[in-house]
Amino acid sequence: MSYQRVKFYQTGTFTVGNRLLDEGDRTVQARTDRSNSLNSGHRACQGCGEALGARYALDAVMRATQNKMVAVNATGCLEVFSSPYPESAWQIPWLHSVFGNAPAVASGVAAALRAKGKTDIRVIAQGGDGATVDIGFGCLSGMFERNDDVLYVCYDNEAYMNTGIQRSGATPARAWTNTTQAVGTEPGNPMGIGKNLPCIAMAHGIPFVATASVADLHDLETKVTKAMSIRGARYIHIHVPCPLGWKSDPAQTIKVARLAVESGLFPLFEAEGGVVSDRTPIRKQVPVEQYLALQGRFKHLFNPRDEEALAAIQAMADRNIHLYGLLPTKPAMET
Amino acid sequence: MKQQIEGSQAVAQAVALCRPEVMACYPISPQTHIVETLSRKVKVGEIGNCQFLNVESEFGALSVLIGASAMGARSYTATTSQGLLFMAEAVYNAAGLGLPIVMTIANRAIGAPINIWNDHSDSMAMRDSGWLQLFAEDNQEAVDLHIQAFRLAEELSCPVMVCMDGYILTHAFEEVDLPTQEQVDDFLPPFEPVQVLDPQDPVSIGAMVGPEAFTEVRYLAHHKHLQALEAIPRISQTFQNIFQRSSGGLLKLYHTDKAETLLLALGSVNGTIKDAVDDLRTEGWPVGAIQLCSYRPFPSHALRHAAQNAKRVIVIEKDLAVGNGGIVSSEVKLALQGLPTIVDTVIAGLGGRAISKAAVIDTVKAACLEGLEEPHFLDLNWEAINRELTRQAEQRRSGPTPENLLREIGLSSGKAL
Amino acid sequence: MIEIRIHGRGGQGVVTAAELLAAAAFHDGKVAQAFPSFGSERTGAPVTAFCRIDTKPIRSREPITHPNVLFIQDSTLLHQLNVFSGLSEQGIVMMNSTRQVEELGLKDWMVQHPEVEIYSFPASDLAEKHLGRSIANVGMVAGFASVTGALTKEAVQYAIQGKFPGKLGALNVQVAAEAFDYVSSHKIGV
Repeated sequence: MSYQRVKFYQTGTFTVGNRLLDEGDRTVQARTDRSNSLNSGHRACQGCGEALGARYALDAVMRATQNKMVAVNATGCLEVFSSPYPESAWQIPWLHSVFGNAPAVASGVAAALRAKGKTDIRVIAQGGDGATVDIGFGCLSGMFERNDDVLYVCYDNEAYMNTGIQRSGATPARAWTNTTQAVGTEPGNPMGIGKNLPCIAMAHGIPFVATASVADLHDLETKVTKAMSIRGARYIHIHVPCPLGWKSDPAQTIKVARLAVESGLFPLFEAEGGVVSDRTPIRKQVPVEQYLALQGRFKHLFNPRDEEALAAIQAMADRNIHLYGLLPTKPAMET
Repeated sequence: MKQQIEGSQAVAQAVALCRPEVMACYPISPQTHIVETLSRKVKVGEIGNCQFLNVESEFGALSVLIGASAMGARSYTATTSQGLLFMAEAVYNAAGLGLPIVMTIANRAIGAPINIWNDHSDSMAMRDSGWLQLFAEDNQEAVDLHIQAFRLAEELSCPVMVCMDGYILTHAFEEVDLPTQEQVDDFLPPFEPVQVLDPQDPVSIGAMVGPEAFTEVRYLAHHKHLQALEAIPRISQTFQNIFQRSSGGLLKLYHTDKAETLLLALGSVNGTIKDAVDDLRTEGWPVGAIQLCSYRPFPSHALRHAAQNAKRVIVIEKDLAVGNGGIVSSEVKLALQGLPTIVDTVIAGLGGRAISKAAVIDTVKAACLEGLEEPHFLDLNWEAINRELTRQAEQRRSGPTPENLLREIGLSSGKAL
Repeated sequence: MIEIRIHGRGGQGVVTAAELLAAAAFHDGKVAQAFPSFGSERTGAPVTAFCRIDTKPIRSREPITHPNVLFIQDSTLLHQLNVFSGLSEQGIVMMNSTRQVEELGLKDWMVQHPEVEIYSFPASDLAEKHLGRSIANVGMVAGFASVTGALTKEAVQYAIQGKFPGKLGALNVQVAAEAFDYVSSHKIGV
């Protein structure tokens, strides 16, 4: 990481410790002169992880570009809750076309800027996991392989929430959705399917790929800022809990997101040119059960306990910890 | 300067002269020669700082142009057939957003059965998308319409399809008068967008609109087409003043004065139709022809005015509204409602079947002497159809229809011409 | 109007032959239209192309079903397709072949169509000699120009140089020049 990780053991969270930092190190949201891409008054649900993630990501882009930016948005919750005519919450030039084409539309904006020689204006595209890993995947892969100068941000809440909670290619194993209901011999989303888009992005060999979480907004901002210091296709995959779809307490969004990270189910890492270059280590691995138990979408795993499924999910977390070296076995990873 | 040149090359030259800024292309026959040529021109720096993107699909191609046009760049692509259908969602979206993109449609049939040859099924499927649709009779007109299309699109902030018959025009090597850069610059001012993504003046484009305003937004899209009914002939006239030739407009008339029977068609078949009209007139038949150049907007008033004295209008169309009949003829009937004019539908030229002058002449005579069934299918092989229908009636598992028919007719698709 | 139909196989420059004819006619101040048979054929498959030449604008878009000139760039097609379909009784056939009437199996047909003129000459051999590639199209176009006078020699050269820039064009001009002088002695009869 390019910033000094400060541990706030006394508060138990990385997000509330801003006041303990030097002013220059605080997140942009703590500043009185902060940028404000996504204005208050939008229609997101209480505890919406996506609204939080989008605001922090875009504000960081605004700061990195001195507000010279254009955002392209896929159809989805973010687009719907932010834009109803004529009350757009966006304080930046913002374009929504259709569900599956945000990466291509952003490529077009970038091409127009190149044609006009306005390379100081930067482009970001954003969408939910359905727009990114499913319907917009072809356009996204095209944008990646052409290495178009676009930062694509995926807000992953692990299902189609805008349409009422249906399974996407990012829905985790055994999660309930309305199209993977908690019935039958294997309730919820089947094991062993779905796709890992950060890894697919890395396989394109693009300059920068990162994962981030609303549990660590400072880390998220730092990654976005770093992404904006690079030209070419960049991808940031942000884990954003959805209280509605996950059946979790809106007040617990940050906690749920943090447990996903600390259990190892959602590893935080960076990759440059297709190779993992950095990761955010976990102080102490928590059992996946702690994460799953806070979410009604996994309720069927506990009543009665589905030991096999819980063990399989734990194994996924353990595998991530091993793959990305998330536990501090080496002192160098602490920074 | 006059040149003997392939239609696709000529169109590529014309598009290049319009100084596009972003092009995004995906290969599909028969439009490929156009974008191949443009890619080369961009690469050697002939089109200024124009960006050419090789994209992953037609849907991606038009989506790129949606972004580029919203950023204020003059944007162009070409497609056809399956490609147009693959980008359908973006086609409607570009029009809904009011982005003045110009797209060549090298008109081609839609499968199944897969067929790479010409008819108008593709652009007809997008007729209600909100794009203007202009049809070229020959390659000179294809060139001229592209130049007019950029001006029309940008004046109205509405996307335009320039439709030219696949292979018949795209691959025809004929004489075309290519304009100079000075002429095109004189005719086509730089693109001044009515909406643009600008960090200095941020706007949200593509916001959700609910029932309280959606109808009004749709009406305004319709209103643009009503404005186009005025703009198309005016821009065609301006074009004529600068380029010294007549091209485009809403419709063109050929010997319609005192004609009792009028043939009406879109695109390149109008050449064959004019030859047929000449022959029929020589034989004493009072026949004329109307070339519909603008299909969207549909020039109902101009058409009604042109056809009001005719007893019969025979619409020759390269498309089929399955389960209904003619697409164009239905609209012609609406335009002529209240008049005693008979409107015949002739479905012809599907999937590249050649429309011969002889067949046109025979059809006119049959219509005038005996009347035509509605709709009339030109040169339909009833024997093969009846044998296949019998087979289907006799056995449940009758197999794939196209293969059965080819066996009946004893041809492979490659030799169908 | 001269209506020329060209038969050959994919890879033999059939479409190019039609374009050369049209380009030469254009240079001579005539109006011309060339177009392929719009197929998706691959190398080696039968291919057809068309060319119309006139002194007034050409509006028709139908394929040529009643040609007055036929090019047969590959004589192996003679007995695979009805290449003579619709040919005018006073038509001209330019055939790329070294074989005689008997060998070509055309005797009966020629007897039935006595006014058709057939020129059979090894256009592809000429190209082989000058270019090292046996592509018949240039020789066929030059032969047609020579026999009919429908195109000037200069126009044929212009068309060739427009299509093949540089050295390839110069070599093709040599092919054309030889074919131009050589073809008239290759009229075949029964």
